[in-house]
Amino acid sequence: MRILDPTDERVAVRRSLAARPEGVMGTVGLLDINKARGDVMLKQVQLRLNDLLPDVAIKHYRKLTPARPAADELRQQMLRECDFVIEGLAD
Amino acid sequence: MTSLPAFSLYDLEGNQCSFPNNKASLLCFVREECETCHLSMPVIEAVYRAYGDTINLWVVGQEDNQKLRDRYQTTVPLLDDTALKVSFAYQVEIVPTIIFANASGTEVVRWEAFHQGDWKDLITRLSQLTGLPAPAIDWEQLPALRPGCGSKSVAPGILERLTAEAESSPLRARQIEIAEREDPFEFMFDQGMTDGLPVIPPTPERVIRMLSGTRRDPQEVVGTCAPNYAPVTIEKIAINAVMAGCKPEYLPVVIAATEALCSHEFNAHALVSTYGPSPVIVVNGPIRKRLGMNMGINVLGHGNRANATIGRALKLILRNLGGLRPGEIERAALGSPAKYGACYPEFEERSPWEPLHVERGFDRNDSVVTLFSLEGSPHQIADQTSRSARALAGSLGLGMECGWHPKTHSVGDVLLVISPEHVDTLWRDGWSKDDLRMRIQEITSRPVRELLPTEDYGGLGAMPEQVALAHGRTQEQLNRLMPKFKSPKNIHIIVAGGPAGKWSAVFNGFGDAAVSVPVSHKIEEVV
Repeated sequence: MRILDPTDERVAVRRSLAARPEGVMGTVGLLDINKARGDVMLKQVQLRLNDLLPDVAIKHYRKLTPARPAADELRQQMLRECDFVIEGLAD
Repeated sequence: MTSLPAFSLYDLEGNQCSFPNNKASLLCFVREECETCHLSMPVIEAVYRAYGDTINLWVVGQEDNQKLRDRYQTTVPLLDDTALKVSFAYQVEIVPTIIFANASGTEVVRWEAFHQGDWKDLITRLSQLTGLPAPAIDWEQLPALRPGCGSKSVAPGILERLTAEAESSPLRARQIEIAEREDPFEFMFDQGMTDGLPVIPPTPERVIRMLSGTRRDPQEVVGTCAPNYAPVTIEKIAINAVMAGCKPEYLPVVIAATEALCSHEFNAHALVSTYGPSPVIVVNGPIRKRLGMNMGINVLGHGNRANATIGRALKLILRNLGGLRPGEIERAALGSPAKYGACYPEFEERSPWEPLHVERGFDRNDSVVTLFSLEGSPHQIADQTSRSARALAGSLGLGMECGWHPKTHSVGDVLLVISPEHVDTLWRDGWSKDDLRMRIQEITSRPVRELLPTEDYGGLGAMPEQVALAHGRTQEQLNRLMPKFKSPKNIHIIVAGGPAGKWSAVFNGFGDAAVSVPVSHKIEEVV
C-alpha cells in the first residue's frame, strides 16, 4: 500500500551550537516572557548574578505576550546589546 | 479538433501497436461485459475487413479480449488496455466509444454507444477516403441505437487511482510505500502521524476522491501553520481530512477552518500552552444541514460523523503540519478531550436570535466557520428552576465566573452554548443576546478588593488591568467594580442542543483577551 505523507516535508536546517565562551562576561539579558511570576524568578536570577559575577552588566527585556514568539525587533535588540540571554520560560 | 495522446499497446498476438503512425485510425473502446459492445463487434469486424489494409482499426479492450476473440472469431486487432491508461487518457466515459482520427493523430469523429447513423456516416467517409467499397452489413437486424455501458476507467475507486497515477496527477505529496506484510494502521501509529486513534490510510485514490470536494488548486498554499509555521496546501489538508474520516463534501469546511487557524489574529502558536487550549469550530449557515451535522441531542458529544471528523481533521493538521505534538512543543499540563477535535453547528432554526455568523457580519445564507481558542471541554451550568430571563441569566453568569479562576476577572473570549429550553425562558421575556451579555457582566462585577488573593485562596491572575489595580491599591481603585469579562463582546453565544434539558454550557477561554481572537471564514461550497 502507498500513502501520501500528511506531514510537513521540509527538512529542518541543522544548526550547530554557538561557541561556548570561557566564562560569563559583558552583558547578560534577562527576558521576561510576561507570564505570571516570571519576573519573580528573574529577580532571583539577577540577585544571584550580582553576587557571583559583580562585573557583569544586567539588562531587562520583556515580551508583550507569552503566547507569541518574540518580535524580530526585540530579538535583534538583544542580539546587539547582550552577550548572554536568560529567558524566564513558561510556568 | 483535438490532438489525441500517443499510446502504445499490445494485441493478443503480442504485436506492439503505436498511435499515431501516419495512418488514419479507427479506435473502438469496448469492455467484454458490455452488451452494446457485443452488439457492435460484428460491425467493427466488417469495417475492419473492408478497410483494415489501409487504415488502423483497433479494438481497445478494457477487459478480457480473448473472450471477445473466442466469441466472435474476430480478425480485428484487440489491444490490451486492461490497465485502463489509454481509456483514461482518452476520457472514455461510455463503452463502446468510437473515435476516428486522421493520420496526424487528430480526432475527427467521436461517438458513444451504438448508433446506426453514425456508423453509416463513418463508412461513407472511409469509402471516400480509401476508394474501397462499403462492407455488406445487414442493418435491419440491428437497432437504430442502443445505450452503452459505463467505461471501467470511470468506475468508483478506479478513476481516482488512474487520476493519481496519471502524468497530470494533481498530487505532489511524498508517497510512502508500506511493505506488503506491514499493517498500515500500525505503521501510521509508529510514524507518529495519528492522534492516538486509528486513522484512515491516505492512499492516493482516497486523497483524489477527497479533493473532489473542492474546486481549489491542490497546490494552493492557504497559510502557514504554527507552531512550526509549515506551509499548508489544499492537498495536505485533504490528506489529513482523509485520515480523520471526512467525506469529500466536508473538505470546504476543513479548508475554511484551516485558513482561520493560520491567521495572525487566531495565533495558533498559543495552542502550545500549558493551559491546554484547543481550536473549537462553530459552523453556521446552510452547509450544516447539507452535511447532516448534529445540532440537537448530544451536540457537544459523539455520534455524528461530520461533527466528529471535521474537528479531528483540524487537529491532525495541527499535529502533522504545525508540529503540535504533546510532550514535544505542545506542553498542556492536562489537555482536554477536545484535543481530539471540537466542531459544533449552531441550531439556528431553534434560536430566536441572529446566529453567530450574522452577528459577525455575514449573510444568513452564507456558510461560515468561526474558530475559537478555548479550553475545549464544556462546563455545564444547570438551572432547572428559573422562570424569568433575569434569574436564568444570573445563574449563567455565576456559572461562568469560575472560568480560568473565579477571582480572575476581565478575562477574554468564551463560547456560551444556550440550550433550547433555556433560550425559551430568555426569549419569553424578550431578552436579546446583548441583554444576556449585560446581565452576565452585571452579576459578575466585583470590587477589586474581593478579587485579591487572601490566606484562603489565590487567584490574582495575569490580567493586566487586575494586576495594575492591585498594585495601585487606592481605595477608589480597590472599590472599582470589575466584571468577569473584559468586554460584553467577549461573550460569544450560540444556541444548540436537544429539546429537553435545562442545562447550558460554557467553553472557557484564555484569561488574557489579547492571546487569541476568534476568526470567521466563509466556506466555499461545492454545489
